[in-house]
Formats: sequence, C-alpha cells, structure tokens
Amino acid sequence: MSILIDERTRVVVQGITGGEGTFHTQRMQEYGTKIVAGVTPGKGGMIHLNVPVFNYVAEAVENEGANASAIFVPAYFAADAIMEAADAGIKIIVCITEGIPTFDMIKVKQFLKGKDCLLIGPNTPGIISPGKSKIGIMPGHIHKPGCCGIISRSGTLTYEAVDQVTRLGYGQSTAVGIGGDPIVGMNFIDLLKLFKRDSETEAVILIGEIGGSAEEEAAEYIRREFIKPVVGFIAGQTAPPGRRMGHAGAIIAGGKGTAKEKMEALEKAGVLVAKSPAEIGQKVKDALG
Amino acid sequence: MKIHEFQAKQILNKYGVQIPRGEVAESPQKAKEIAERIGGRVVLKAQIHAGGRGKGGGIKIAENPQDAEKIAKEMIGMTLITHQTGPQGKKVRRILVEEALEIERELYLGIVIDRAKEAPVVMASSEGGVEIEKVAAENPELIYKEYVHPAAGFQPFQARKLAFKLRLEGEPFRQAIKFISSLYRAFEATDASLAEINPLIVTKQGNVLALDAKMNFDDNALGRHPEIKEMRDLDEEDPLEVEASKYNLNYIKLEGNVGCMVNGAGLAMATMDIIMHSGGMPANFLDVGGGVSEEAVKNAFKILVSDKGAKAALINIFGGIVRCDLVANGIVKAAKEIGLPIPMVVRLEGTNVDLGKKILEESGLTFYPATSMKEAAEKVVSLLKNQ
Repeated sequence: MSILIDERTRVVVQGITGGEGTFHTQRMQEYGTKIVAGVTPGKGGMIHLNVPVFNYVAEAVENEGANASAIFVPAYFAADAIMEAADAGIKIIVCITEGIPTFDMIKVKQFLKGKDCLLIGPNTPGIISPGKSKIGIMPGHIHKPGCCGIISRSGTLTYEAVDQVTRLGYGQSTAVGIGGDPIVGMNFIDLLKLFKRDSETEAVILIGEIGGSAEEEAAEYIRREFIKPVVGFIAGQTAPPGRRMGHAGAIIAGGKGTAKEKMEALEKAGVLVAKSPAEIGQKVKDALG
Repeated sequence: MKIHEFQAKQILNKYGVQIPRGEVAESPQKAKEIAERIGGRVVLKAQIHAGGRGKGGGIKIAENPQDAEKIAKEMIGMTLITHQTGPQGKKVRRILVEEALEIERELYLGIVIDRAKEAPVVMASSEGGVEIEKVAAENPELIYKEYVHPAAGFQPFQARKLAFKLRLEGEPFRQAIKFISSLYRAFEATDASLAEINPLIVTKQGNVLALDAKMNFDDNALGRHPEIKEMRDLDEEDPLEVEASKYNLNYIKLEGNVGCMVNGAGLAMATMDIIMHSGGMPANFLDVGGGVSEEAVKNAFKILVSDKGAKAALINIFGGIVRCDLVANGIVKAAKEIGLPIPMVVRLEGTNVDLGKKILEESGLTFYPATSMKEAAEKVVSLLKNQ
C-alpha cells in the first residue's frame, strides 16, 4: 500500500503546454505516472505529449476520468487553478508553483472548506509512491518502494533523506512535500493520520524547518496517538531571526518558530530527533532495528 | 519587504489612517523649512529599517526651526546603533520631521497573518510604546485579538470590540473605530505581512493618530504592487544581498566563517546546521534554487568568494532533475574566470555524480571533494583550522 496516490491515479496536468509543465510531464510519464489529460485555457483540442489538452479541468474529469491534478501555472494564476481543480471534483490537487501570495492562499483554503478534495502544497516538490506513481518534480530514480513514510516542508533536503534511507535498504511507502509556504494544504498531522492507517508504512520521517508552529502541533498529535516510530529533523538551527530563509514560510518571527523549540517539542513527544541532517538514515535504522 | 516609517505613513494615510503632520528631510536646511511650515515644537525621527531608535538617539524633539536644523545636522549622516541594527549600526540618510503632539495615552495596534488559523489577526493592547513581544510573553491577556474571516473580511463589530477593550470613549472611541478599520483595509489592499502602530496615541485633544508605523509586505505579492516595490531602499540592505538579488539568488549574509552554496532552501539551512555541528559557523545562506543552471552557479560563486568573512567554502548540490555534470561545469568555469581565493569543498550527489566528480578532478584546479554531507562539513572545518 501507499497513501494518496498509486498506479490507478489518473492525473491531469494544469499548465501542461508551458515549459515547466512540458518538462515535468515527460519525467512523470517516464516514471509511469498515468497522465490522462492536460489543461491550458485556449488550447483545448490539441494533443501534447500524447495527451489530450482541454480548455478547463471539468472537461478532463468528464472525458478522461482524471482524479488528481498537478499544477504548473505561474504564481499569480495558481490560486485560481487550485480552486478550478477543486470545483471540477479533483480529489488530490498537487500545486508545485512557488511564490503564491499569502492572501491568495487564505482565500483558497476558505474555498476548499467542505469540498471533498485534498491539497498538497503549494511550493512543493510533490508526492511520490515509489514504483507506482509520482506527481511532482522529484527525481524518481533515487526512490525505492519500502516502509518509510516521509513528510517534509522542503525539496532537495527531502531527496537527501530519501537517498539515505534508500541506501540503507528501507525505501519509501510514500514521500510527500507539504510545501514551504506559510499557508499550505495538507499539514503534518493530516498525513500522519494517513500513514497511521497504511499497513506498508513502518516508520515516518518528519522534516520540518523554522517558522510557524506546524511541527509543534504535529508533536502534540504524535504524543497523543501516533504509535509508529517517527524520526524528525528541523532545518534552520543556525538561521537568524527575522529573515526569510528562501522558503516564504521559513522565518523566525517575534522570537517564535525557532528550530530549538520545535526539536524540543518533538523530542518530548518521543520522536527520534536527528541533530544533524547526516543522521536521518541512521535514526531510521535505530528505530526499525 | 520592509519600508521606512515615513513610507508606511504615506501608504496608511491614503487608506484613511490618521498620521501626524510631517515631511521627510534629507538635509538640515530642509528640516528647518519643514519645522517652519509645521510651526511650534517638532519631533525629528531618523529613518532606518530598525526599531529601538529612541534609545539610540534617533528620535529628538526640537523647540523651534533653528533647533530642528541643529539636531538634523547631528542626526543626518550619523550611524545609529539600536538593539535591532547589530553592533555595526545603520547610517541615517533621512529624517522625518513631524508636529509634536500632546499625548494622553499610548496604545498598541498590529495586524499579522496567523499561520495556524490561516487568517489575518488584528491585535490591540493598552500597553503601547513598549516591545509587544515582551507583553505577549509576560501578559498575553493584555493583548486583545480579532481574527478576520477570509471571505467576509474585517467587520465593524470587531473594531468596536477592540475599541471598547482599550477603554476608549467619546471622540477617541469614534476615531479609533475608523482607525482600526482603515488600518485593516490598508493591510489587505497592499498584501502586507505586518502592519504595526506602536504607539497608537490618543492626544490631550482627543485625537487618535499613528505616532509610529511599521509595514512589511509579502514578497510574493510585490509583482502586483509596483508602487510599493519602488519603495525598496537598497541602502538599508547588505551590498552582497543586493547583488545576489539581481541574479535572483536567495542570499543572506551571516557572521560566520564558512561560505556555503546549496541547491534548495531546506538543504541550504541543513548544510548551515551541519557546518555548525562540525565546529564552524556559516558565513551565509545561499540557495541557488532547486533547478540550478550553469549561469546561476557562476553568479553564486562570485557572491560566495566576495564575502570577506568566509575563510573556506562548502558547495553542496543534490542533483535531482539537475545534473551534477552541469553544476560541476559551472563551478569550474567560474573558478577559472574568478579564481579560487579560498579552499572549497564540493559535495555532489545524485544524477550524473560520477561525471561531475570527474569534471572537477580533471579541471586542474584544487577542489576538496566529499561524498557525504558529514564528510564535507568536517573537511571544510579542518581546512579552516589549518589556515
């Protein structure tokens, strides 16, 4: 098993004819992801990368049975794209786009309330269930089917963790980037709940970073009701306060959101916290034996 | 993005927020003219991107225009050191000259985005004029909060509630309601990430005004606010950071001794952390982006070696979609063009890693290769110690 996506997931790519959309659709196809449609307003009717292109998402759902979406549209149009996907009945929306204004995301989250869909991102590398499907921009070949669930606010740092557990022979059930923005779709807790039910997942790696309180909230949830072993790492132990560290959400504001607070909260909840990013794999080994 | 107090006041005033009468001066002569126009006592306020100006001598009262000119002479050009500027301080290039008001009460009003609640929150407190973080830590019950509904927006009853809790009555109550609502309108309309009025004052005459004003903006939304983007003051930023921003690189100057260049923000932070754990300190944060190009590597290399604080450097690239050979080529080209003034540890991992390593080896340049992050960090710290 895996969570959220597998070999049956039927993906529509929003922004398929753009540069990024084209490049990453090809990589996803190579990986084996079922890309069933693309959407670019005004280009409906054409065939791109052997996939039919539609003018709007609802057509892709109706004609091709798309149930997941990958969004590669520019930042100022991305909020609109997410809401369109939700309105069309897409169940899993993965928004790769970086740089969406915070106020746009506040509106998106309000729009999604009560709708039967899940949002991953924005500003995420996406999601991958190794050997089955990937919706995103992560390098497929470093992944391997296995028993580790991964939840992360980062991109390349996730690849580093993936690589470490792959080399140790464990592999991943599903790896999810929740995104580096202050306001995102699914959070750590939402995903921990899914990993809890997934029989294939034996341990979870949680990669957080400075800013906000998502890791502290996750720690509280883990302490209360998560029984599988969790390995944690928090990036930004040396980050100065008041500066945005690349990701829009990675900022220590008003003295809150430091790596120290987050690491302490996780440790208190029984999470095996790696102090150094090089220890993530080893901690998984310690947890699983 | 941050702006100056006078700029924040200009923006807020457009949305109906009451501010003291005043103008900006870049010379003592101009300060005197403004003081003459205002008449009576004026306040001179140094315009820098940092708080705590009063204690550092950046806010002074002048009794008359001559006095204003004299104080302005001392203030313009001075290096102001506050708890927020760091020990090097900030040079004062302009001052805000404002009417001096008779203050009855000092209150606090602020708006930020509450990430956990995914909504803006308007905060008010009777404890104005002091550091609000301190109030929040010691007496959180003295901060009143109203969350803004994402679809319906900020409501009049919420402004009334806050004004009542601040124990305002009569004319100040009436003015405060308009003030709070106007501040929220400005916050939303400009895609702000922070709007803070500290202190918000009630004068002896019963008027409610923003004595100070601070606004920060969502960098991701600046594209739709060109008039705010123009307010960026490059003098307030580190010159290397300004240079890096021209190349669209995420760069932050720090005080340590190990320069670093990494692809991806999370991995960049983690690399800084592992440098610290190995006994060094990062001299900077530098993210060349998840999908790095040869050109980006070259520009980043330039920034990296320009930092006088960096005595050694660590390049950490996890090639995913990006190929290590392309990155290695970028590094070699940059080093051949610019030189290699400091020892450089290069850790490449991921796609085409062997090819990348071969390019570095055959370049004829001295790089220190490393396989894992741990090895790379330990190597760079030992190079530092051998110098």
